[in-house]
Amino acid sequence: MIDFELPPQVKQARDMVHMVAENMMRPIAREYDEREHEKPWDFLNAMWEASKATNPVSFGGGAKKDPGAPSVRNLQTVVSIEELSWGDAGLYLSIPNPGLGGAAVAAAGTPEQRERFLARFRSGPPKWGAMAITEPHCGSDTAAITTTAVRDGDHWVLNGTKIFVTSGKMAAQESDGFVVVWATVDKSAGRAGIKAFVVERGTPGMTVVKVEDKMGIRASDTAMIVFENCRIPLDNILGSPEVQRSTEGFKGAMATFDATRPAVAASAIGIGRAALDFVRAELEKQGIKIRYGVSRNKLTAIERDFMDMEAALQAARLLTWRAAWLMDQGRHNNLEASMAKAKAGLAVTQVTQKAVELLGPLGYSRKYLLEKWMRDAKINDIFEGTQQINLLVVARRILGYSSKELN
Amino acid sequence: MVSFEPSEEQRLIRDTVAEFARERVRPQARASDETGEIPSELIQQGWELGLTQALIPEAYGGAGEAHSAVTSVLAIEELAWADLSIACHLLAPRLLVVPVVEAGTEEQKDAILPRYAQANFAAATAAVVEPRWDFDLAELSVTATLENGSYVLQGTKCFVPLASVAEHLAVFARLQGSDEVGVFLVDRSTPGVSILEREKNMGLKGLATYEVAFERCRLPAERRLGGPSGCDVNRLLNLQRVALAAAAVGVARASFEYARDYAKERKAFGVYIAQKQAIAFMLAEMAIEIDAARLLTWEAAWKLDRGEDATREAVLAKQYAANMALMVADRGVQILGGHGYIRDHLVELFLRNARGFATFEGLLTA
Ligand SMILES: Cc1cc2nc3c(=O)[nH]c(=O)nc-3n(C[C@H](O)[C@H](O)[C@H](O)COP(=O)(O)OP(=O)(O)OC[C@H]3O[C@@H](n4cnc5c(N)ncnc54)[C@H](O)[C@@H]3O)c2cc1C
Ligand SMILES: Cc1cc2nc3c(=O)[nH]c(=O)nc-3n(C[C@H](O)[C@H](O)[C@H](O)COP(=O)(O)OP(=O)(O)OC[C@H]3O[C@@H](n4cnc5c(N)ncnc54)[C@H](O)[C@@H]3O)c2cc1C
Repeated sequence: MIDFELPPQVKQARDMVHMVAENMMRPIAREYDEREHEKPWDFLNAMWEASKATNPVSFGGGAKKDPGAPSVRNLQTVVSIEELSWGDAGLYLSIPNPGLGGAAVAAAGTPEQRERFLARFRSGPPKWGAMAITEPHCGSDTAAITTTAVRDGDHWVLNGTKIFVTSGKMAAQESDGFVVVWATVDKSAGRAGIKAFVVERGTPGMTVVKVEDKMGIRASDTAMIVFENCRIPLDNILGSPEVQRSTEGFKGAMATFDATRPAVAASAIGIGRAALDFVRAELEKQGIKIRYGVSRNKLTAIERDFMDMEAALQAARLLTWRAAWLMDQGRHNNLEASMAKAKAGLAVTQVTQKAVELLGPLGYSRKYLLEKWMRDAKINDIFEGTQQINLLVVARRILGYSSKELN
Repeated sequence: MVSFEPSEEQRLIRDTVAEFARERVRPQARASDETGEIPSELIQQGWELGLTQALIPEAYGGAGEAHSAVTSVLAIEELAWADLSIACHLLAPRLLVVPVVEAGTEEQKDAILPRYAQANFAAATAAVVEPRWDFDLAELSVTATLENGSYVLQGTKCFVPLASVAEHLAVFARLQGSDEVGVFLVDRSTPGVSILEREKNMGLKGLATYEVAFERCRLPAERRLGGPSGCDVNRLLNLQRVALAAAAVGVARASFEYARDYAKERKAFGVYIAQKQAIAFMLAEMAIEIDAARLLTWEAAWKLDRGEDATREAVLAKQYAANMALMVADRGVQILGGHGYIRDHLVELFLRNARGFATFEGLLTA
């Protein structure tokens, strides 16, 4: 039955997270945009304490095992992420949690590995997980990575350079976390040779060499990590070490994105909603109310712009909920996840840019958060597959082409 | 007869400015955005290009060259291409000098122009925009009231470049009790003028801009530009509009060129990303839109040079160029992918600056 009503537990979680967003994130959002590379420890510790019990933010691995009991885990996750990002997207991304690394372990790890790597997120001091795919010379083209993993006795030896690792410094250096590193065990095998490896914090040979200065989401660290003869245990490989003829292993790894793209979309929507709420409140202060239901030709330009922005955001939200719901049903969502990410990334970019314009000097000023939301928004058009890459995924799916036939 | 070729002299000016922009201004763009400061040697060198002094009549110490909006927009595009903040700083004195040359009385020219014909940079500025979301040039809230033979200014402006050091400000205000706009030549030291804190904006971070409050600021009646009956303020506003349109074209071209060069060096999936239609078509459209906006700008400037009313052309050029610059600069970031989001590259700076054009008024004049 078609139904857009969120279940009670999701609403409850949403309302709780909203309070956090409003009372803990908004008040420090500007400060940690300006104090780039510094950490809001009070906030991070508080979030850690809360998440140890409930784990409100973790993606993927949510295919339900028991067909009788419908899960709402992923739906609840995207709804919570929207609230947190309404509070502040940079702070949201910096919250201690298994992150993308955890998503990869959940998607590709064995039950033993899941326990070994993820149990730590239930106790002790704050911890971070991270995932390192991107390299200086390849981002979208993940199959072109050159970081190598060579077997040496009962170890893998990693060599290569990874860039733009979200929370990489916190995961690799500042907490008892880990980094999931994508590397090739056999360059001649192409995609089939690419595997994911878990590197524990502080492993010799893993060095954080740089933390980037960015346009937005400045509260989140984005690290460059060099691996130099970095030795890790054999059983830290996620999935089988066999290099198969087919690209099944690679596809397994790419499946991580089916889980994380809806999360990025949800974050985008949270930023966009923050901007819209702000514009609406400013307009209301001036006595301007959006008149729904009046002929389009009688509306003011601002009303039209506002409604278009609102509709784009709501459309993106529904695409996102659908992608999460599919996961909760244990169904494939590759197409729907990319649709949601492509739409939400672009919508929030355009909505926040328009919002800055609508508010004139107030929109452009750093006295208000709106300009920051515009800077934060743009990343959603880029990471976890750029706009173009997600359109490619959608196009391949709707046309029935392989990645060879359409690239 | 229709021609799209600048004159020999215009080409010379443009090329000289372009070389300075490329060699001196561009290398300073990132540092100025991060620190909010522009080295004074650079300002002085930029001043020595003579873009302000040239149009001051010889009688007041200048080179006395004819004021041409077309020539101005050619130069402005080049400087804005290099860096918008530095361009606005270098050209800020023109915000005062151009109106005085165009519309000043003999006394006003005498009192003001010689100061800006000298060898050293002297700051001056204009106060146009107001800190309201629905700012409208036709409904200024800063007012000038005639009281016992003097004007009293009241209200607040924002986006006033160099206000803290400018010797003179050209203040755009509504005459109390009418819709008419007057321009007032105000010494910064006049009682009732307060320069508030330096503004913090998303972009334009290298340029020092301020809110300026006028609190019963009393001026002799002779400070109204053009004398008791004022001047053609519309023309002055149109000169500002075409200048901003040209600057928007410059910022957009900067982003386009940066992204184009990157796309021809960056490989993905075995080819240069420029060979992907998704990227190639973006670049093609960016190129078309930049040229389209530039032609609208040139046409408006050309009309101003003929002394005709160019309000329609200037407004359309400004608006079109502002939209275009945002679209192009957003794609500039997009084409660099994740690298575009990192402050090692300039495209994110171009995007933050480009977003301002929808709001900017009065930061530059042709
Ligand atoms: C703040 C931030 C955080 C990040 N976090 C992480 C992280 O935690 N882990 C991680 O591994 N990576 C991370 N990334 C990297 C991010 O996922 C990549 O930047 C992104 O996938 C794009 O790769 P790229 O930057 O190399 O761009 P490129 O792949 O070089 O792309 C450049 C341009 O070409 C386009 N393009 C590429 N291929 C095609 C094609 N076939 N058809 C059409 N257009 C194409 C792209 O859309 C883009 O516009 C992060 C990046 C940033 C900026
Ligand atoms: C009213 C009319 C008048 C015409 N007059 C003339 C005439 O006087 N002389 C003459 O020679 N022809 C004429 N044509 C034909 C016209 O030039 C062709 O229709 C046109 O070039 C497109 O070719 P096509 O119809 O075979 O479409 P196709 O070439 O089959 O293209 C189909 C679609 O694919 C797209 N496409 C094709 N190649 C690419 C590519 N490399 N990258 C991206 N997209 C691509 C096209 O944009 C289009 O959307 C006329 C057509 C019409 C409708």
